[in-house]
Amino acid sequence: MAHEAVAADSQYNYDIIKRFAVMALVWGILGMFAGTYIAAELAFPFLNFDTPAITFGRLRPVHTTLVIFGFGGSALFATSYYVVQRTCQTPLSSNMLAGFTFWGWQASVLLGVLGYVNGYTQGREYAEFVWPIDLLITVTWVAYFYVYVTTLMRRSQPHIYVANWFYMSFILATAILHIVNNLAVPVSMFSLQSYSAFSGVQDAMTQWWYGHNAVGFFLTAAFLGMMYYFVPKQAGRPVYSYRLSIVHFWALAFLYMWVGAHHLHWTALPDWTSSLAATFSILLLMPSWGGMINGIMTLSGAWDKLRTDPIMLFLITSLAFYGMSTFEGPMMSLKSVNALSHYTDWTIGHVHSGTLGWVAMISFGSFYHMIPRLWDTRLWSKKLVYTHFWLATIGIVLYITAMWISGIGQGLMLRAFDDYGNLAYTFIESVSFMHVPLVTRMLGGIFFVAGILIMAFNVFMTIRTAKREQVEIEAKIAAKMAKVGA
Amino acid sequence: MKFRFAHESIEINAGLLIGLTLLVISIGGLVEIVPLFYIDETIEEVEGVRPYTPLEQAGRDIYVREGCYTCHSQMIRPFRDELLRYGHYSLAAESQYDHPFQWGSKRTGPDLARVGEKYSNEWHVQHLEAPRSVVPESIMPNYPWLSETALNTSDIEGKLRALKMVGVPYSDTDEEYQANVERFGEEAAKMLDIHSAEKNLIAQAQAGNYDGDRSNLTEMDAMVAYLQLLGTLVDFSKYDEGYFAEFR
Repeated sequence: MAHEAVAADSQYNYDIIKRFAVMALVWGILGMFAGTYIAAELAFPFLNFDTPAITFGRLRPVHTTLVIFGFGGSALFATSYYVVQRTCQTPLSSNMLAGFTFWGWQASVLLGVLGYVNGYTQGREYAEFVWPIDLLITVTWVAYFYVYVTTLMRRSQPHIYVANWFYMSFILATAILHIVNNLAVPVSMFSLQSYSAFSGVQDAMTQWWYGHNAVGFFLTAAFLGMMYYFVPKQAGRPVYSYRLSIVHFWALAFLYMWVGAHHLHWTALPDWTSSLAATFSILLLMPSWGGMINGIMTLSGAWDKLRTDPIMLFLITSLAFYGMSTFEGPMMSLKSVNALSHYTDWTIGHVHSGTLGWVAMISFGSFYHMIPRLWDTRLWSKKLVYTHFWLATIGIVLYITAMWISGIGQGLMLRAFDDYGNLAYTFIESVSFMHVPLVTRMLGGIFFVAGILIMAFNVFMTIRTAKREQVEIEAKIAAKMAKVGA
Repeated sequence: MKFRFAHESIEINAGLLIGLTLLVISIGGLVEIVPLFYIDETIEEVEGVRPYTPLEQAGRDIYVREGCYTCHSQMIRPFRDELLRYGHYSLAAESQYDHPFQWGSKRTGPDLARVGEKYSNEWHVQHLEAPRSVVPESIMPNYPWLSETALNTSDIEGKLRALKMVGVPYSDTDEEYQANVERFGEEAAKMLDIHSAEKNLIAQAQAGNYDGDRSNLTEMDAMVAYLQLLGTLVDFSKYDEGYFAEFR
């Protein structure tokens, strides 16, 4: 058994992980900048500059695609390839196919956003990619599945570590969701335009089954996989409860798929469907918090690390935000709350407490842990990690507070009546009211972007130092060899 | 102990893990999506709803292209404030020919499900070109290029054919045309004939004069034609209050 434990780092394919990690940061910076820009457009509409390519309607999918699929997707490819190799103690089964997933994925993201700014979109939220790109994504995803599973099969451990269950469920669920939701008939073989196979109410249900499970599996289950590897590693302690991880994995995988219709409360979707979705949304609180508790409690006995280790701060704060937004979510899926919150900025704030607070923060923490190990060096600056942490946290707090104010405020204004039973406010009065929160939200975005820019600088310096060290070592070895030769 | 033993067999078998995961994640979607295609009450029985004319469909494509759905919903909920602000709540029947649906998820601007015929064509043109010239506090982008861009009409037949393939009853054969005459009336049926799609499109734009300029056919014509149709097809005065509630 001893040979299994000493599998050398050098036999792993780190190259592919490095490439995905760097691209995650590139897309992250571009996507978060795009997000901040469209936030500014809502506060100051002249920023649309009468230019089709940068109007809000076209840039918004650019933002969501870059951050979800560019940043989030690349971060998941990077960490899943890292985790599957290290926990299975075996290199990737096919470097060529892994390389293909890199180019396939990056091309999809790039072509997708180039399409949006030029007006090529399917008009389905988070699934705006036109049909040829959908096909490219499908092929890429099949290759990903193949590499992942065959690597799992080659493991030198009998057990499949829990992080891999989550990554696996994410790969499977994303495949199903992507294929079903993008069923469409192209206008012609040479047209980028297509029409969805479904219409109206069925189309809405399919889209939000997809849309919410993009959150559930892409942005949650997969990042829980990340959590289950990097939190115990960074804490230097085993996972708090193995049994809890089993229970909450199956519960999460089962329950999430039911909840999409809570995006369609009070619409023309039949009541039975949306009631079912609300019920399961409330149930979902339990496995969500199971995961959060399992992650946070992993630190028990090592709480002092929060004082000394900024990476731990990122990881634990992300779990706190995960807990908060998975509480807020079920609450907003109650029909009476949803009647107020739906269609308002409250939803936008909720999404961002999940995506900035949970998804981005866990990715940052994991990257700070992983990147020095990939390049076999130490982080260039620990101080800058602290700076990044505080910029990001302040940014999120500004963001979600502003969205609570504008969302709840608008919701209340639109349903207010005067003494005679007439509407108390016009729609445009609620728009005027939102100006200050919208500016505040933009500031929150600027803080967050500043944070990731600092991270990129820190990572750049880390890699540069690593390369310099490598050159020095090689020079020393060469000198020694020359001496021996003489 | 027995439970742990049972689960261990999954943890050491990748095939079993994949199989069980697939099973567990498939159930929710199957239960919630599939019945919507088979339960008749899902879509209300109501008169008046017809597929879009070629010009309206062209306008709808521009609506999708510009990402209007990122700020405007087309789904009125059954609340008193929405009734007063927008009108009768939206029916499933009203979006049965919408590929893709554009119910939206966010109202940065007001709901558009019943915006049709509420404002004049001139108002729409001016509002789309420069929203703040009619609503000073508006935060909507200007869309001046809609009036400057000629509408591409050459691919309209292909579009209707694709829509027919996904179930919209545009007519290709005489039989289908006759069926449409019975279902939607002769006037509407003529507009749904694939072979005269381009001719119909141009004729409707000429007759409607949506952008206020008959000399050219622009994207603005199509966009305004689409907006002016939204929510106007069902005559709610024909139905008892509570009739539609039976379907919900």
